[in-house]
Amino acid sequence: MSDGAGKEIERLIELMSRLPGLGPRSARRAVLAMIQRRSMMLEPLAQALADVSATARECVECGNIGTSDVCAICADPRRDASLVCVVEDVSDLWAMERTAQFRGRYHVLGGVLSALDGTGPEELRLPRLVALAGAPEVREVILALGTTVDGQTTAHYIAEALAGCSVEVSSLAQGVPVGGELDYLDDGTISAALRARRVMG
Amino acid sequence: MEWQDEGVLVAMRRHGESAAIIEVFTATRGRHAGLVPGGGGRRMAPVLQPGAQLAVTWRARTEDHLGTYRVEPMQARAAQVMHDADALAGLSATTALLSWALPEREAHPALYARTLELLDALPGPDWPLHYALWELALLADMGFGLDLERCALTGATEGLAFVSPRSGRAVTAAAAAGQPWAAKLLPLPAFLHGDGDGSPGEIARALALSGHFLEHWLAPALERRGLPEARARLVSRLGRARV
Repeated sequence: MSDGAGKEIERLIELMSRLPGLGPRSARRAVLAMIQRRSMMLEPLAQALADVSATARECVECGNIGTSDVCAICADPRRDASLVCVVEDVSDLWAMERTAQFRGRYHVLGGVLSALDGTGPEELRLPRLVALAGAPEVREVILALGTTVDGQTTAHYIAEALAGCSVEVSSLAQGVPVGGELDYLDDGTISAALRARRVMG
Repeated sequence: MEWQDEGVLVAMRRHGESAAIIEVFTATRGRHAGLVPGGGGRRMAPVLQPGAQLAVTWRARTEDHLGTYRVEPMQARAAQVMHDADALAGLSATTALLSWALPEREAHPALYARTLELLDALPGPDWPLHYALWELALLADMGFGLDLERCALTGATEGLAFVSPRSGRAVTAAAAAGQPWAAKLLPLPAFLHGDGDGSPGEIARALALSGHFLEHWLAPALERRGLPEARARLVSRLGRARV
């Protein structure tokens, strides 16, 4: 339905409303806010979008999204090349980076094995991972995949695929989240936490 | 319309940003799909894992609508087997085969009971035996049961060693000896007729047997091409365990 705002603005609202977390109503509010702050919001945003559109690409090394063929993480010599963290998607890589705890390198799989979606091993970036794990400088591969049936099926599959490489394969711990109270947790999380308990003191 | 039941989650797909469409193998209504508002979100993710036992309330304006589910977790099974690659493959194969084979909204109470037995056995050591028997039960419930009680040629109940790939009936080693078609017969694992120990080798032969009939009888009847990838992965894993 037209807002009487002109077809260019309607087109922008329509495109914005396709973004995750936005619907037509919130897209309309966002577009209006940008137009009302043209010099502070709309023009810098348009420039940033044009820049990203011209430069964004997939890193040839790890599969991260960056603005050059080799992303900033892979190009950083201070990163520990002996540690490789395997993640499902770029959003997971960015989540790991937000913690600032991991100083190794990454490998983005591009999905997980899925019985329902018919995603098999050939759809994932596995050959590159096996080659990477075979490099002499790599000491440990950390599987940071989701604690879902598909995520853990993929983790087991990768662990077996890397069995021939002389690397340690580990996975993230599973259990009670920070701030979690047992009363509010599901049974599966509590049983995983119980299994992964550790000695105190 | 509204009903309440319990069942096993066999499939879940995200729908839009926050909802999910799930398939539940219910006790009295068979495989039944429905929309779970908020089912694609973080809060519901641990609940909507394949194999989970759920108490469900289904609501729709008319019977033929997709309808919406309200779900309450009863038992989370995936977390119990996530550390065990073989059992996790067993869980995936079970739910994938149920989603693949079961007609929608048709009750299969005997198979439902067998499925619960299998899923409850998954954290234990002898689940591959349960799984092999469950696949034969699935075939039988879909109308493609094998006759492994007596020889198709002689009626003998002793010395059964093979199964005819065409009739699905057992054949004794004596009856098959010297016959030109003997090489085409499928080996009958001893534990399927009361002997044997269900060793990894026997389990692998049992899966080859049920796999043949799933692929050549059930798949064409369902107009499906091939078996679910999750089953192939399980067969490969258990086959390697045999070596």
